[in-house]
Amino acid sequence: MSRRILIAGASMGGLRAAERLRASGFMGEIVAVGDEIHMPYNRPPLSKEALAAEVTHEAVAFRLRPAVADVTWRLGVPIASADLDAGAVRLADGAELAYDGLVVATGMRPRRLPTPGPARGRHVVRTLDDARALRGDLGPGARVLVVGAGFIGCEVAATARLLGADVTVVAPEAVPMRRPLGDDLGAALQRRHERHGVRFLLGRTVSAFLGADRVAGAELSDGTRLDADVVVEAVGSASNTEWLDGNGLDLSDGVLCDNALRVEGRAGVVAVGDVARFPNPRYDGVARRVEHWSIPTDTAKRAAVTLLADLALGAADPAPFAPLPTFWSDQYDLRIQSFGAPALGADDIRVLDGDLDGEVVVGYHDGGALVGVVLIGLPSAVARYRAELMRAPAAA
Amino acid sequence: MKVVVDMDVCKDHGQCVFSAPEVFQINENGRLVYVAESDESLRDAVEEAADVCPLQAITIED
Repeated sequence: MSRRILIAGASMGGLRAAERLRASGFMGEIVAVGDEIHMPYNRPPLSKEALAAEVTHEAVAFRLRPAVADVTWRLGVPIASADLDAGAVRLADGAELAYDGLVVATGMRPRRLPTPGPARGRHVVRTLDDARALRGDLGPGARVLVVGAGFIGCEVAATARLLGADVTVVAPEAVPMRRPLGDDLGAALQRRHERHGVRFLLGRTVSAFLGADRVAGAELSDGTRLDADVVVEAVGSASNTEWLDGNGLDLSDGVLCDNALRVEGRAGVVAVGDVARFPNPRYDGVARRVEHWSIPTDTAKRAAVTLLADLALGAADPAPFAPLPTFWSDQYDLRIQSFGAPALGADDIRVLDGDLDGEVVVGYHDGGALVGVVLIGLPSAVARYRAELMRAPAAA
Repeated sequence: MKVVVDMDVCKDHGQCVFSAPEVFQINENGRLVYVAESDESLRDAVEEAADVCPLQAITIED
């Protein structure tokens, strides 16, 4: 009898899971359900080059390999609920879908500020439609207030400056990108942003947005008032797991998984991408979600194998799953690349090569062992430090 | 196997080099160079390289 695997989520992790299910010989039906109307696309450019140009699906869409041509895509409809004991989900349009295996790939959504004030003119950047809406409001002379000084906020700030906007960043931290880069590198990056004309108002939050029918400014926690035509809220993200409520799962921070990406205690259910909280034996074995670009692909590959083994359709992979997280950030002409887990080495940060205001390699250590590396430029050094991270024994 | 990298899109991240060093290299100027006609035995490695390319610039044409 033909079996059906349901993939909940039609972004990168869902696509990679479908590809790997087929590559591992699964011949049954694959149905992918996504709340966005778009076929899977690559999100990082949405705060970088795609935002600087015209934001189109074509520019960011993942190519569909022939092997996944027969996947059924149910797009534009969220999943309302799941009954894992029965093996079925209910979609928001009322349709019910039974499955033999389930891949949880519903990802994250941006947190919104609870701040009072008008809603129009306030943006987030997660989806293609978000980026399109923001792009429409950006332009020369636009007064842009970025709330949040993490990577997304700083990328949007840089892109908005390149488009000629007047940009202010407000955040509670003392330096941008403090987590995970640390104070010194964060401060060095702040100086570079300031040289490009970005203004930082740090150590404060927004207490109210001002304006009548759309945002015209903001009042900050220290009483400062500033004018703004556009607000970008880049204040972190929340897991899309509400549809799994009522199944007895630990959903306190994403979906708790074992090292093989099996949702804890549930054969035939796996999770992939940034919603999956899994232990990584490369580090301390504590289960964590990882919001790095490389993780959907790495987790999907392993989760597909685990799922097929649970369904008696393939062999399990006995090797520990120990991915090396990787992400990058482009800000102006700076290429920032991160390998490993800098956040786990935040108490012992050393400049390994170069200098903080030029090209630099920064190492993050735990118990004296290198656990993460961030490079600005220095492409010729990438291979060496990456190899060192791959070799490094797990910290105690 | 014909490997194509869209060099208008490529930004020399070099992630592909770790997946398929036989096919992709970063030269001394920091630019990506690659072997367009590569042996079929490297298909899995090149597919892996295509997966991990941040700009999704790599395709296998046959």
